[in-house]
Amino acid sequence: MPMDESVRKAVLGAVPSLRAFAISLCGNVDRADDLVQETMLRALANIDSFQPGTNMAAWLFTILRNHFRSEYRKRRREVEDADGHYADTLKTQPEQHGHIEFREFREALGHLPADQREALILVGASGFSYEEAAHICGCAVGTIKSRVNRARTRLAELLSIDNAGEFGPDEQTRAVLGRGGE
Amino acid sequence: MQTAVDRNKRDGKPAKLGREVQARLGQQLRAMYDDVVNQGVPDRFADLLNRLEGSPNKDKH
Repeated sequence: MPMDESVRKAVLGAVPSLRAFAISLCGNVDRADDLVQETMLRALANIDSFQPGTNMAAWLFTILRNHFRSEYRKRRREVEDADGHYADTLKTQPEQHGHIEFREFREALGHLPADQREALILVGASGFSYEEAAHICGCAVGTIKSRVNRARTRLAELLSIDNAGEFGPDEQTRAVLGRGGE
Repeated sequence: MQTAVDRNKRDGKPAKLGREVQARLGQQLRAMYDDVVNQGVPDRFADLLNRLEGSPNKDKH
């Protein structure tokens, strides 16, 4: 199959952030990489439906997100406690994430409802606008804003961050987290 | 300990988080995310595209 060089570049260029998004969604590196691979295959098989000039990354995120959602629904029928399952996966496989310092945060993320989690990641980490995130998730902009707010509030609760600025760990952790931030 | 979050809980509406709390959450979220982004493109994905193109030795990264 001949592939346009610009398509190839755009698809490969999106892989790192697609992986980060997928890992945040499913909490498992292997499954995330399978999701990304499936996304690439679907995207290339349907490349004709991509509108040139529009955001290729957003298009790929949409495919990945929809694929994850349909898989998630399938698994939900199979796994009795779908909500606790994600967090348990993280607890039993911390080494898969490579970096131990994010485990607590990932676990907290795992306790959020799926639609809040994806909204927060798209806006707060992937750098999409509320409008783009709404397009990716197929919902209204106001819905995304509300989900992001709820997700932040719940995360702050789970991680015991309060407005006094107290943040669980110590200065050392703050220094690590402070790098490159706003 | 009563936090801003607790105070607003009974409304059933998300509390308004302070700017500093939002900033800290944002930093940690991005640090976690960027940790994966910085791993770059694992070989399996470049290999996949090469296989799809039917030219395994195409050397264009």
